Amino acid sequence: MKKLRYLPNVVTLEFDKKKCTGCGRCIEVCPHGVWQMKDKRAALVDKNSCIECGACAKNCRYFAIEVQAGVGCAAAVINGMRGKGEICGCETTKDGKTVSTGCC
Amino acid sequence: MKIEKIQPVMTPDCCSAPSSILSKPAPPNLDPLKGYRQPASNVFSSEIFVKEMVDTPIGQVPRVESAFTRVDRRGALRSRIGAFRMHYAVTPGVYALGRPGQKSPVLVTANYKLSFDHLRSRLPHTDAWILVLDTKGINVWCAAGKGTFGTQELINRVLGAQLGNLVEHRKLIVPQLGAPGISAHHVEKETGFRVVFGPVEARDLPAFLDGGQKATPQMRRKEFPLRERAVLIPIELLPALRAMIPLSIILFVLSGLASTSGYLESALNFGPRAVLGVLFATIAGAVLVPLALPFLPGRAFSVKGLWAGLLFALPFVFLTGIDLGIWPGRLEAAAWFLFIPAVSAYLAMKFTGASTYTSVSGVRKEIRWALPLELGGAAFGLLMLFASYLVG
Repeated sequence: MKKLRYLPNVVTLEFDKKKCTGCGRCIEVCPHGVWQMKDKRAALVDKNSCIECGACAKNCRYFAIEVQAGVGCAAAVINGMRGKGEICGCETTKDGKTVSTGCC
Repeated sequence: MKIEKIQPVMTPDCCSAPSSILSKPAPPNLDPLKGYRQPASNVFSSEIFVKEMVDTPIGQVPRVESAFTRVDRRGALRSRIGAFRMHYAVTPGVYALGRPGQKSPVLVTANYKLSFDHLRSRLPHTDAWILVLDTKGINVWCAAGKGTFGTQELINRVLGAQLGNLVEHRKLIVPQLGAPGISAHHVEKETGFRVVFGPVEARDLPAFLDGGQKATPQMRRKEFPLRERAVLIPIELLPALRAMIPLSIILFVLSGLASTSGYLESALNFGPRAVLGVLFATIAGAVLVPLALPFLPGRAFSVKGLWAGLLFALPFVFLTGIDLGIWPGRLEAAAWFLFIPAVSAYLAMKFTGASTYTSVSGVRKEIRWALPLELGGAAFGLLMLFASYLVG
């Protein structure tokens, strides 16, 4: 099956190759093959597959990676626009009432 | 050693305790890891999947087996349907899978019952410790995105349970999909335990453990196969129906105005079709889209939903007895051609949350242009439908 791909050229992922030491953590944590090892350094090989989960940035101890992490969930974004907080239905709401529907 | 009764909700401390104070018994009120201690054995007495309590250097630990019981299966189904899902949580803490010892691996997971069950069911011949984090009953990936499957929670659990006294190695196997919440180097600095990210799918764990805890590139990818998309259908369909059933009733009531041949006759003539139209739109967006996701054209989910809606609108308009020879009929047909794809596109867009490959930047971009069109399309379609009833 061909690889599922979402909208191209939108993600906020930034990589500063000068800070990379080639530890390989980003390659280990990325669930979409965005990174590969090239010449003993990480390389962004498939930026458009990035889902902005933030795993690589959070696990880069050399601060070579930056991304505005978030969850690609329309319900959460719409709830955020309506001022209800970015919740997608699978967590506790502000007033402590639990919501029982959602993606996860 | 006195063990604190577990508190379901606690505030994590801003700074973790240095490991030196863990060796001394701290007064209960001043225990910075209160709530993160291994719970007393009576806490587990209600957990039906616990076989027995076993004695370990860190106190009594509940033992579980890989094999599944019928009660587990029924619970899994209930959780999928959405009923009681918030109550379907496992008590956080250390569990023994099989007969683990000092050299056995430590596997970290969330306290969502399905995650926990999935993990143990995939490890039939394995002896391991399972460290369950408190993610408020939410699965690893979603909880990592929210930060509850997080660095501080993991640090507190490792220190609170005194994991260092349980195993002689210093390694934690964390599911790769937990990485958005876990900063491995911080965990290592605070606990002395090195984080190894395990495979994305629990089914690859036996191969991962046997292969020297190395994951192949394939084990590191999150796919979105048909089976996974199909199990999400009830979670998409049920909330959609909750909104669509009242709409169907309203349409049924209004369809009584559709002709001059008496209210009831008219309602029975036009009402069922209106209800069916709403149902078609819902099924297109909440069933066909998940099933046919890779085959529907377009990158944006709304576009995929639009095509699914058109696919359902075509037979609906031509096969449900709309009289296309007269203007009210043509107006009604046009109304459904607008309403069904618009609703389907909206429901498809909501499926971004359950999908495994969307980014929040992409979703924001999609919502900006698609949401007004979807809401406008559905509203305008309904207006045209009412108009067709009134001119009929």
